[in-house]
Amino acid sequence: MNCKHVIREISNYIDGELDPALKQELERHLQHCEDCTMIVDQTRKTIKIYSGSVPVDLPSGVKSRLHAALHKKLPPRSV
Amino acid sequence: MIGHESWYFLGSEATAKSPTWTPVNAPNPHPLPSSVVRDDEPALVAAAKRGEVSAFEELVTRYERKIFRVTRNITGNLQDAEDAMQEAFLKSYEHLTNFKGDSRFYTWLVRIAVNEALMKLRRRHPGEFSIDEELPGSEDLMPRELDDWGPTPEERYQQVQMQEILSDAIDKLEPDFRVVFVLRDVEELSTEETAKLLGLSITATKSRLLRARLKLRQRLNRYFREGGPN
Repeated sequence: MNCKHVIREISNYIDGELDPALKQELERHLQHCEDCTMIVDQTRKTIKIYSGSVPVDLPSGVKSRLHAALHKKLPPRSV
Repeated sequence: MIGHESWYFLGSEATAKSPTWTPVNAPNPHPLPSSVVRDDEPALVAAAKRGEVSAFEELVTRYERKIFRVTRNITGNLQDAEDAMQEAFLKSYEHLTNFKGDSRFYTWLVRIAVNEALMKLRRRHPGEFSIDEELPGSEDLMPRELDDWGPTPEERYQQVQMQEILSDAIDKLEPDFRVVFVLRDVEELSTEETAKLLGLSITATKSRLLRARLKLRQRLNRYFREGGPN
């Protein structure tokens, strides 16, 4: 396996979706390739940073306009 | 300095502010800890289905920031994001009786919001979000910028700066890549669900996700590499 193959399989590797033989081959490559190891680590970190983020408060005005729209357009539902 | 608003907060979900909901007819209403309140979602949904607007408003308050992040990230445009969010909430109320409780209410709501946001994106950028399997230039995957990030690159930035960096990086992704990344890695939907929502094959979804991740890594590299850009 060369670097190009590793890059192509990075997502599947990080998501744990590689079949065991391919995973083993990829990990053998990582043992001697610092560049690919760095790319795998940084890609993993990138995903972690985004998935660990939580949304901030709504920008000024957005919340009040949303709730005003709800009040205006939501009639009580008939049972 | 990046000159636009950002939508990320770094930290645990548990530390985010959680509004509380008190049943309208409770004899002795008092706020409950957020961990307890989370369990009341089925009751809130049932009350909203019966026509209690206040219960639905509580659901809105609970999820408005997350839904806005979804619509903002997909559309890449503040006005479209706001409109898509409003329409998503209004439509979800309108079709609430269709929600059978097979999934979490939030999952159902996200699907509506994603569809609204995609409509806005396609309207504003016709042809920019493609369902083609292969995209131009997709063979060029080899990362060009490779630098050591150090052990904890995210600790080098203040929270606000970090929010700006993350928003800037994701905004600059092409919509084809951005949308897949947002659904898979920010909203953490499955590959299958992402593919279904976007009308893509699993192969195309995975291919776009790979490219999105590599492109984002490269953009973050400019901020996280040791010695730069500060």
